[in-house]
Amino acid sequence: MTTETTALSDGDMSGKDWVAICQLSDIAKNTGVCADFNGEQVAIFHLFSKTLGEQSEVKAVGNYDPFGKANVLSRGLITEKEKNYHIASPLLKQEFCLATGQCLQDESVVIPTYNARVKDNMVELCAKTAATAVEV
Amino acid sequence: MSKQRIVVVGNGMVGHHFIDQLTNNHSDQFQVVTFAEEKQLAYDRVMLTSYFSGNDLSLTTPEAYDEKGVEYHINEKVTGINRQEKTIVTESGKEVAYDKLVLSTGSIPFVPPVPGKEQEDIHVYRTIDDLDDIAFSAKSSKVGVVIGGGLLGLEAANAIKQLGLETHVVEFAPRLMAVQLDQEGGDLLRNKISELGVTVHTEKNTQEIVQGENCRYRMNFADGTFLETDVIVFSAGIRPQDHLARVSDLSLGERGGIAIDDHCVTSDPDIYAIGECALWDNKIFGLIAPGYAMAKVAVSHLTSQEKSEAKTFKGADMSTKLKLLGVDVASIGDAHAQTPDAQCFSFVDSAAGIYKKVVVSSDGKKLLGAVLVGETSDYGQWLQLVVNDMALTRPAEYLLLPELDDEGASESGVDALPCSAQICSCYDVTKETISKAVADGAHDIAALKSCTQAGTGCGGCVPLLTQIQNSELAKLGVSIDDSLCRHFAYSRSELFDIIRVKNIRTFDALIAECGSGDGCEVCKPAAASMFASLWNEHVLDEELVSLQDTNDNFLANMQKDGTYSIVPRVPGGEITPEQLIAIGEIAKEYKLYTKITGGQRIDLFGAQLAQLPVIWKKMVDVGLETGHAYGKSLRTVKSCVGSTWCRYGVQDSAAMAILVEQRYRGVRSPHKVKMAVSGCARECAEAQSKDFGVIATDKGWNLYVGGNGGMRPRHADLFASDLDDATLIRYIDIIFMFYVRTAQRLQRTSVWLENLEGGLAYLQDVVINDKLSINDELLLQMEHLVDTYQCEWKATLDDPQKLKRFNHFINSDKLDDNVIFTTVRDQIQPASKAEEAELV
Ligand SMILES: Cc1cc2nc3c(=O)[nH]c(=O)nc-3n(C[C@H](O)[C@H](O)[C@H](O)COP(=O)(O)OP(=O)(O)OC[C@H]3O[C@@H](n4cnc5c(N)ncnc54)[C@H](O)[C@@H]3O)c2cc1C
Ligand code: FES
Repeated sequence: MTTETTALSDGDMSGKDWVAICQLSDIAKNTGVCADFNGEQVAIFHLFSKTLGEQSEVKAVGNYDPFGKANVLSRGLITEKEKNYHIASPLLKQEFCLATGQCLQDESVVIPTYNARVKDNMVELCAKTAATAVEV
Repeated sequence: MSKQRIVVVGNGMVGHHFIDQLTNNHSDQFQVVTFAEEKQLAYDRVMLTSYFSGNDLSLTTPEAYDEKGVEYHINEKVTGINRQEKTIVTESGKEVAYDKLVLSTGSIPFVPPVPGKEQEDIHVYRTIDDLDDIAFSAKSSKVGVVIGGGLLGLEAANAIKQLGLETHVVEFAPRLMAVQLDQEGGDLLRNKISELGVTVHTEKNTQEIVQGENCRYRMNFADGTFLETDVIVFSAGIRPQDHLARVSDLSLGERGGIAIDDHCVTSDPDIYAIGECALWDNKIFGLIAPGYAMAKVAVSHLTSQEKSEAKTFKGADMSTKLKLLGVDVASIGDAHAQTPDAQCFSFVDSAAGIYKKVVVSSDGKKLLGAVLVGETSDYGQWLQLVVNDMALTRPAEYLLLPELDDEGASESGVDALPCSAQICSCYDVTKETISKAVADGAHDIAALKSCTQAGTGCGGCVPLLTQIQNSELAKLGVSIDDSLCRHFAYSRSELFDIIRVKNIRTFDALIAECGSGDGCEVCKPAAASMFASLWNEHVLDEELVSLQDTNDNFLANMQKDGTYSIVPRVPGGEITPEQLIAIGEIAKEYKLYTKITGGQRIDLFGAQLAQLPVIWKKMVDVGLETGHAYGKSLRTVKSCVGSTWCRYGVQDSAAMAILVEQRYRGVRSPHKVKMAVSGCARECAEAQSKDFGVIATDKGWNLYVGGNGGMRPRHADLFASDLDDATLIRYIDIIFMFYVRTAQRLQRTSVWLENLEGGLAYLQDVVINDKLSINDELLLQMEHLVDTYQCEWKATLDDPQKLKRFNHFINSDKLDDNVIFTTVRDQIQPASKAEEAELV
């Protein structure tokens, strides 16, 4: 793993508190884990590929699958379509955009996303970025 | 309006087809009653010989008739018709009134008046009962003779041979299949059949059958020679079964047969005759396709308001294509060149055993007929040329030597066919129907078969069907794109070869070699499966884990609430009481829902992710291993107890099932693979519904392939008979690896086999004759998989890095609080949302 890691979703979060979750090495490349984030279940994914310049990136979305109604998204499969990354639910395979939470198969469904970054090899989470969870 | 009562006499292939057609579309107007002389409802007589391989030939079931409201009487012969009263009477004295009567009584075998023909071990070859009798005689016999070297005689010879008897065919004419073949074709067929160990005697006129010296009987021939044998099967032709018509004064032909008009109506306007008992234009039609056509015509006449608009029977083409004793034979149209001034061209390759003859009109412009022996791939194309009276585009000799022809000629041949051309004669499917089905989305052969029925009868039209489909797809601009997904412009089998040849072991390397982007839900699991099929490394290894689909991802089957089920392997379904107790104890400790699966093992439901390792530790400690229920790989090998316990068993099926299961456990494949081993022909393990089915015979094992249960059931095809243990395993090894190598992603063996060009015969050629010279490689590959097998769970338990992932939270030991169970019938079950609200 590279020591020089970037956190693209580091955005404008400087004022907020970052919570350390785990070591980056605890998440196998291109897989996810589920974090207990102040009582919320958050799925965090570790992206790493040539397309991404062989640099680790982390992405975070809610762990709850609104179609399957179960906390499973961290156990899904990461898919890439035209350089957008999605997580496919392990239950019924709907895909959710890791950047926006938008469901690919159903426009009306968006799951929450979270700010995530890697700092000193630790994966950290910050507040929800979009709270537009829609019931289906 | 009360329903019209239709009485159908004879529940054979055609009678059944008539009932099927009538009840499918017009059930509300008719009440159908049918009488069957045989002990069972209609079965596939065309496939009669495969009865000995344990094939179920039924075309229908009592339940299906019940459901359609068809009243049936089996084992009940109709003995008379009272045309004035419009009633029929049966052997047991039943009297039933009819509004319309349908005679579909088929044929009876003709037995020449040879003295001594009425003896215990002398049979005919027409019904399942006949076959049972022949099998019974064969038990106490060494030699069998078939009298008659026609189509049916050779079928019968095949059966005798399958029963393990020394087999002879005795023919009166100077050649075999005298009706269909000319002398040269007949001679070639004779050579081929002799090579298979069947002795052919031509120009032999049997004068009498007397007691034998070395065998039960001696047949004395007119030329003074004789032949000794224990069993005799007469197959000297058929005669229409017209007895009922005869005794009730319906018009008959001079040489028998119930005379019908173009609507299949007899001389009595309330009585129809269809199938082999019917005589149209002074002709009898001894094939199934014309019989089915008559059934449709009769239904159309019966149901049309305007009788003049009903379909008519216009005769039928008597061309045939068959596989006799493993030799392909076909005859088309005017095979004997009886048309005045017809010219013949022939092509003989004695070394390869191929004979082709074409009969062409005097001006050389039209194909009139043909004979093919040894190689019949031209059949479909040529038949269309004859049936549609199409002009030849180049000299006839080109037909015989297609290699000389430039490419694409055969494709243009398909395009030249008129829309109305009948492609499948078994189900009367035209080119137009096929083109339309392709346009509506039937883009592979399996789909085309299921939506048009074409190709599901004798199968003879499948090559042509494929050509038409390809040509239609090309016209639609659908390039037959079988690239795996947006990340790879290759099909699965092409990728498989790339991975194999270039020794690629990671997804990154595969993308770098021949893909683009970062992969998706299609290509990642497909690549994972191919890596596993080739290299057999642990699926949770660092480079592979991110590719795994839901179940492989955590080596367990995810259920709807995100919990998992656990299935330990129970090879062949054999389990010790200790193991059974251990499983019970574990299920009890973790409060798991417990269910016996259809594959003879035990499924434990409701484990949370974090519980999987502890539960598996206990399983492994008592000697259980992973059942791979989560993998696209071998699931179970179902078995019955076989000869060790069963009174009927002829081989030790349980031991074979265990051997097979332990050999192929963990082998990853394009889709899941199920197997079964039955200890006798009773087939208690239901092997014919499995991808690989093995059924014991008294000489070894019959191997079946391509069966399927589930959503699209398919009976497996008999691949080879009476194999010894080593050959059985060798064949499964090769077929399994060939499937792994060539199938599409998520293609079960059934669909794979149906789409395999050349079908079962091709597969047999590849496996048995090593047609592609790849068997050594396939065997090595399988050996590698067998040698590198590991219990994936045991290996995971030994690897702390892999175990890390088995926690619901990465930063806490809590379990998922959204998993909520209720109790139903003393076991847990996922709670419904309403129940959850109450329980929380
Ligand atoms: C071994 C074999 C192989 C064949 N292979 C081919 C092939 O490859 N291709 C092909 O096209 N054709 C083939 N045929 C021919 C094909 O099977 C027949 O054309 C077809 O079965 C005819 O159907 P049917 O309904 O007219 O007669 P059948 O199927 O014979 O049915 C007639 C039924 O009526 C019953 N019956 C008769 N009289 C009475 C009565 N009085 N009361 C009640 N029931 C009665 C009979 O018992 C019988 O069950 C083959 C036939 C055999 C025997
Ligand atoms: S012609 Fe027999 S299946 Fe089509």
